[in-house]
Amino acid sequence: MTVHSFQEHFDSLIDREISIEPKDWMPDDYRKTLIRQISQHAHSEIVGMLPEGNWITRAPSLRRKAVLLAKVQDEAGHGLYLYSAAETLGISRDEMYDQLHSGKAKYSSIFNYPTLTWADMGAIGWLVDGAAIMNQVPLCRASYGPYARAMVRVCKEESFHQRQGFEIMLTLAKGTEIQKKMAQDAFNRWWWPSLMMFGPPDAESPNTAQSVRWRIKRLTNDELRQKFVDVTVEQAKVLGLDMPDKDLKWNEERGHYDFGAIDWEEFKNVVKGNGPCNKQRLETRKQAWEEGKWVRDAAMAHAEKRNARKKEAAKAA
Amino acid sequence: MAQQEITKKSEWPLWEVFIRSKAGLDHKHAGSLHAADAQMAIENARDVYTRRMEGVSIWVVESKNIHASDPSEANSLYDPANDKIYRHPTFYNLPDEVKYM
Repeated sequence: MTVHSFQEHFDSLIDREISIEPKDWMPDDYRKTLIRQISQHAHSEIVGMLPEGNWITRAPSLRRKAVLLAKVQDEAGHGLYLYSAAETLGISRDEMYDQLHSGKAKYSSIFNYPTLTWADMGAIGWLVDGAAIMNQVPLCRASYGPYARAMVRVCKEESFHQRQGFEIMLTLAKGTEIQKKMAQDAFNRWWWPSLMMFGPPDAESPNTAQSVRWRIKRLTNDELRQKFVDVTVEQAKVLGLDMPDKDLKWNEERGHYDFGAIDWEEFKNVVKGNGPCNKQRLETRKQAWEEGKWVRDAAMAHAEKRNARKKEAAKAA
Repeated sequence: MAQQEITKKSEWPLWEVFIRSKAGLDHKHAGSLHAADAQMAIENARDVYTRRMEGVSIWVVESKNIHASDPSEANSLYDPANDKIYRHPTFYNLPDEVKYM
């Protein structure tokens, strides 16, 4: 098969909605883009454990603590599913960690914001996981098999994440005056960064067209963002909280909510590394990796000892 | 030389994980993970792939021990099967009176 017909075969698989698997021929750019997208998605899950990990020891009840622990545990698992998928494309785990720790690889900008109150746990579960779900459901049909299958697993586990967040917001919003204020404040702080999670506007997103053609992106940034706004405004009504956007208005003609301007300067700044917690998040990850080295080494040494003992026992038998 | 060995030793090998979710079903490929040895691989697989009781049995195989067919050879590898349609029940026409077949 010539390279030319490899490309044709690949294109016909994409067109016929047939999955590309690890051993299939694929264009270099497709492989590179997927490695970047999947590994950054994985990094986001792992770094994403930190803002919520911050409140595990201060959860207001045992039930809330157990639930938050389970959620954060899930995020670690999601990171694993995605690292595994990325590794099928020919990059090693160590290389991906190196890219994260050196700042070469990015993770979702939303995790560079601080969790200041317990209500932030509610806002994050409701809005951040909500936005993530909106992005991840279409990816269950992504063209690359391992990525799509990882997404299916993730989506099954993600819906409790959003529900626990919404439940926290509901309890607070229907609680005392102080609780309601705390919920509104968290909503105010997490709303706009959540909208930014969907990425820059389509007009400023040059990679979108190719990603859509390759079926590693099903809906555009603006399309997903609009869906999210429409759905979340209705949920906010149930909470009885004010939308942190004075320009939000139902547009009868479009059949969607019009919403206010997003501060893209803030987004660019946070992506560049100047968000409130960028430095802290990266330091924490680097520290965990460095301080965990003895565990990695010890596990290997222990495995070797166990193996040697087994061999001795087999010889003696 | 010793430094290289230490670095190599601390990179845990990659394992593929297969899980039987319920008695009576096959093991299905669930994903992969890194672990120092088989026992650790099974324990880790339990932790990361069966948080919701999705497993009664776990198999782990070092990824390097998986042998796979080449997808670009699929045509020639599977070609003989394509024209043997008599292997399918629909190839045979039976009278309507025949039951349970």
